[in-house]
Amino acid sequence: MSKILLHGTEAICEGAMRNGCRAFFGYPITPQNEVPEYMSVQMPKIGGVFVQAESEVAAINMVYGAAGAGIRAMTSSSSPGVSLKQEGISYIACARIPCVIVNIMRAGPGLGGILPAQGDYFQATKGGGHGDYHLIVLAPSTAQEACDFTYRAFDLSDKYRVPAMILADGMIGQIMEPVELPPMRDLKDIPEKQWATSGHYGKERRILNSLIIKPEELEPHVNELQRTYDEIYANERKAECYKTEDAEIVLTAYGTIARICKSVVDELRMQGVKAGCIRPITLYPFPDDAYAKCAAGAAKAFLSVELSLGQMVEDVKLAVNGKKPVYFYGRTGGNVPEEAEIIEAAKNALKKAEAVQ
Amino acid sequence: MKVFQKTKMLTDAHLHYCPGCTHGIVHRLVAESIEELGLQDKCIGVAPVGCAVFAYDYFNCDMQEAAHGRAPAVATGIKRCLPDRTVFVYQGDGDLASIGMAETVHAAARGENITIIFINNSIYGMTGGQMAPTTLIGQKATTCQNGRDPAVNGYPIRVCELLATLDAPYYIERVSTHDVKHVMAAKKAIKKALRFQSEGRGYTFVEVLVSCPTNWHMRPAEALQFMGKECVKTFPLGVYRDKSEGEAEV
Repeated sequence: MSKILLHGTEAICEGAMRNGCRAFFGYPITPQNEVPEYMSVQMPKIGGVFVQAESEVAAINMVYGAAGAGIRAMTSSSSPGVSLKQEGISYIACARIPCVIVNIMRAGPGLGGILPAQGDYFQATKGGGHGDYHLIVLAPSTAQEACDFTYRAFDLSDKYRVPAMILADGMIGQIMEPVELPPMRDLKDIPEKQWATSGHYGKERRILNSLIIKPEELEPHVNELQRTYDEIYANERKAECYKTEDAEIVLTAYGTIARICKSVVDELRMQGVKAGCIRPITLYPFPDDAYAKCAAGAAKAFLSVELSLGQMVEDVKLAVNGKKPVYFYGRTGGNVPEEAEIIEAAKNALKKAEAVQ
Repeated sequence: MKVFQKTKMLTDAHLHYCPGCTHGIVHRLVAESIEELGLQDKCIGVAPVGCAVFAYDYFNCDMQEAAHGRAPAVATGIKRCLPDRTVFVYQGDGDLASIGMAETVHAAARGENITIIFINNSIYGMTGGQMAPTTLIGQKATTCQNGRDPAVNGYPIRVCELLATLDAPYYIERVSTHDVKHVMAAKKAIKKALRFQSEGRGYTFVEVLVSCPTNWHMRPAEALQFMGKECVKTFPLGVYRDKSEGEAEV
């Protein structure tokens, strides 16, 4: 099939619409404005709903209503806006309403800046809002993946009744690349939702709710959520392992930085350094198996490279579990490290690891 | 022989409302109206946070429980996707006029084809009697114990009047539950609003004054008298918007 040139945000929209998304609710914030703009034009063409909400808070609650009525629904925003959505996401997680939330991350904290960053890793992977819950978090590193992962996010979210998040930095949102689009899925192929509140028409009525006031009922509910996360962990962990087989220094990064790290691996290998890169595709569940395998093998050190001051590195350390040293290199404020910086950090990490061994 | 029966639109669950509170009456008015209009099967309700938080246990139809103040946004999501269903929202004054004011105003401004039943008892009931955006001047609450002082606490918000400044709303009325005559009028307004929605006419909003004997520290009968005498001064009853005016009554 032929490829077309698409903006990262447009690729996300196409992935959503082609897998049955028929409701989009958004609010303007840079650098993701192209998502609501594109959806406002495209949704009516396929019989879908587009509403520009009065706030990110309203947008996520419109998703609650629409997805609760059984429609595949999505919202998108960028870091400060995603913070505003956290209340709604927590309710959605508790009421087990499948939906997709897109975060095109910009630099924080606060209003921060509008350039790419990965400072929302903790928020995305550890729950984000109040209470014990998780999202399924997918991290694209190309426009093609932005499309494919969004497509996949709807199936995963429906399958487990757990909301899914596309976590991309501003670079992925703003990139233009050739994309091969999946075919438009027939809505009849999407399994009917037996729990949706869409008017009961004589059948037993349904309730979507996150208020479970009796402790003897709330605990089993939260335990059931946890069992679902365990199942997701068992089935859905995914990472790309790039030249890690014999790698002594294992870089690890997701999104835009993973692309730079792969170039760094090639450059280091040209210089005679056995380097590799683990690129998590699912950030939740975290693909700890990929790290454990390297830690038990040739790896002498790991280096987590992030557009933050060290967030994913905590999960890398848990995955490596003390078997090998784990180091960190990161930039923040919207700055993206150059290859030379990462090469130096990788060599330093290897040197430090060899010194302690 | 005609035997009085409870509407099928209410479940058999025991209402948790305090003695003398008129929430239960409004539940019945909404439920009867939905049943009489034959909308029960295709009806989806949205419950608030506050005294009516358990409304999903009482209304015998599909229900979604919304976050505090977000019910109009939730209802927007449902109704836009399923325009042939009847979507009603049941909210109190803290929920609707304080934390959810943005959602309230914007759903009205967009002219969402939903029905909002707004319960105004001028206090936060569920949390134990704190000042609401609708607390009357001089009225005591646990967070303004000497009575609401405009210099410190500002003035009560009149939501019907506020929404009536917008172009989109189709029908806005304020009613009361302080005596039988007014309860009957409230039923008429609620049924009218739901009928307008089912006919696709647009945004409909009914504010219902309700008593809160517990947090007003009054006997139920006193509370009803207070509503009829005092509440209606700050919140005058009447129709604030009716785009069907001039049409013959159904």
